[in-house]
Amino acid sequence: MNRRFFIQTSTAAATTPLLALNQPHSPELVDVNFATGKWPFRELPKLNSEALKQRGIMRAITGSLEALLTRDVAAVNARLVAVCKASGGVMLAAGTLHPRLPAWREDLRRCREEHGMKVIRLHPNYHGYQLDEPLFAEMLDAILEFGMAVQIVAQMEDQRTQHPLVQVAPVDLKPLHDLLQARPKARVMVLNTNATMITTALRGCVSLWIDCAMIEGVGGLENTLKIWPIEKLCLGTHAPFFYPESSLLKLVESDLSETQMTSMTAVNARAFLGT
Amino acid sequence: MNAKFRIWDLHCHLSGVPGLTPEERLGQLLRYADRVGIERLCVYMGMKWSQDPKPDDFRRQNDEVLRALSKHSNRAFGFVTLNPNHVPESLAELERCVADGPMVGMKLWVAKKCDGAEIDPLIARAAELKAVIFQHTWFKTTTNYPGESTPDDLVKLAKRFPEVPIICGHTGGTWELGIRAIRDQKNLFADLAGSDPTAGFTEMAVRELGAERVIYGSDCGGRSFASQLAKVHGAAISDAQRQQIFHGTLYNLMNPILKAKGIQA
Repeated sequence: MNRRFFIQTSTAAATTPLLALNQPHSPELVDVNFATGKWPFRELPKLNSEALKQRGIMRAITGSLEALLTRDVAAVNARLVAVCKASGGVMLAAGTLHPRLPAWREDLRRCREEHGMKVIRLHPNYHGYQLDEPLFAEMLDAILEFGMAVQIVAQMEDQRTQHPLVQVAPVDLKPLHDLLQARPKARVMVLNTNATMITTALRGCVSLWIDCAMIEGVGGLENTLKIWPIEKLCLGTHAPFFYPESSLLKLVESDLSETQMTSMTAVNARAFLGT
Repeated sequence: MNAKFRIWDLHCHLSGVPGLTPEERLGQLLRYADRVGIERLCVYMGMKWSQDPKPDDFRRQNDEVLRALSKHSNRAFGFVTLNPNHVPESLAELERCVADGPMVGMKLWVAKKCDGAEIDPLIARAAELKAVIFQHTWFKTTTNYPGESTPDDLVKLAKRFPEVPIICGHTGGTWELGIRAIRDQKNLFADLAGSDPTAGFTEMAVRELGAERVIYGSDCGGRSFASQLAKVHGAAISDAQRQQIFHGTLYNLMNPILKAKGIQA
C-alpha cells in the first residue's frame, strides 16, 4: 500500500477525487472511530457502508452518538446493532456503558451475550465520571472479564466551539497509566487524543492504542511516530462528525513506509479487536 | 504532479514546523504541500509569536518571512504582520514589505480588536496598495483573548470600507456563527482554516455566502494540510465550487496586486 495507491483508492473512488491517479487495486482500511446516530447540534452527513467502502474503509468500529445524552442505553445499543447488521459486515458495533446508570451490568451482559459485541465505547466526560474513581476500575474489570476491548473517547469536539449550554471538558487520562499497568492484558484504546495528551497524560502507556482523528500539525502522523509505537496507532476518522477525508489525507501527508501504513490502517485494529 | 485541482493555501505559518531557519521551515512545509497537491502557500508571522508584538518584534517576524520567501518565491506569497497598537510603525512596515518589498498581503492577529477606528489607516493604505487583507477572528465558547476580534467586530470594520475586500480569518472558528455574522457584508470573505474538520462547514459557507466568497487555508504548521483540505475535498459541493474555494476566490483577491507587482502565478 503506497501513497499514490492510497490516494487513488481512498478518494478517487469517493465523490471527491484528490489527484488524478490511476492505480487499480484497493486497500482494506479499518476505521476504529466511526459513529452513527444523531448529533444534537448539527445534522451530520449520512455515511453508510457504501460511502465507507468508496473511501476504502471496509471495516469500521462504530459507536452511537446517541450514547452521549440518552439514558435508555439498552435501546441505544439495540438500535446501533440493527444499523451495524444492515451494513453487511462493514460496521462493527461498539456498545455503550454508562456506569452511573442503575443496573449498568445488565447493559454489559446484553452487549456481550445478546448482541455479540466485541468492543465497549465509553464517554466518561459526557457521563460524569473520572478515570480515577473506583467505579471506573470496577466497570473496566467487568468489561475485561467478558473478554471485550474498550474504547475511551477523550473528547468529541474543540471546547472553543461547543454549544454554550453543553460544555464538556476532555477526559483526564492520567489515571490510565496505573490502571493499565495493573491490567497488562487489557485491550484499551483512547479515541480523539491530541499531541498534548500523548506527550503528557498518556506518556508511558505502552500497551494503549490511540487513533489519529485529532492528531494535528503538519506531518502529524510521522511526528507522532517519533514518540509513539507504530503498532499502537490506528486509523480513526471520527466520521461523520469529521469529514473522513481528514484522517485519510493524513496518511498521504506524512511520509509513512508501506509497513507503517498497513499497521496503522489494518493490522493494529485487528490486534485491538483480538482477531 | 497530475493534480485535479489547482490549490493555493491562504493561511500558513513558520511556527510548529521543523527547521532551524525560516527558509528551512518553508522548504519543509513545501515538501508536505507537495504530497497533498498544494501549489502555493501564503505565509505570515515568524518562527516565534507574541500576541501584542512591539515594532521590533513584528519587524523581526516579517524579516523571517522575507528570508523564507527569498528562497522559495516561486512557491510562496508573503503577508506582512502588523500591530494596530503601533500604527505609525505598522504603516512604515507596510511600506517596507509590501510597497517596496515582495509581500502581497497584510495580516492582523489578536493585539487589538478590529472594530475601532484606530485600525483605519492600515486598512486604507493596504487597500491603496491592493494588498490582500486578513483579519484573524474567533467566536470562542470559552473566552476570546482581550484583543481578539470576533466576526461581528470585523463586520463593523468592513462597513467602514465597503469597497475593500477583507478576509475573515477562521470564519470565527465556530463557523455556524461566523458565517451568519458575515453573510450580509459582501466585502467579507470566509477563511476555512484552523478549526477542526467538522462536517458541514464548507457546505454551509457555500450555501450562505457562495463559493466565490470562500477560501481554502490550512493554518499549518499548527494544523495539518490534510484536515483542512478535507473540508473541501470531503464537502458535498460541486467540483467547480471546490476549484473556486481552492484557488479561484483567493486568486481573484490577489490578482490586482500580483498584476501591479508584475508577479506571474
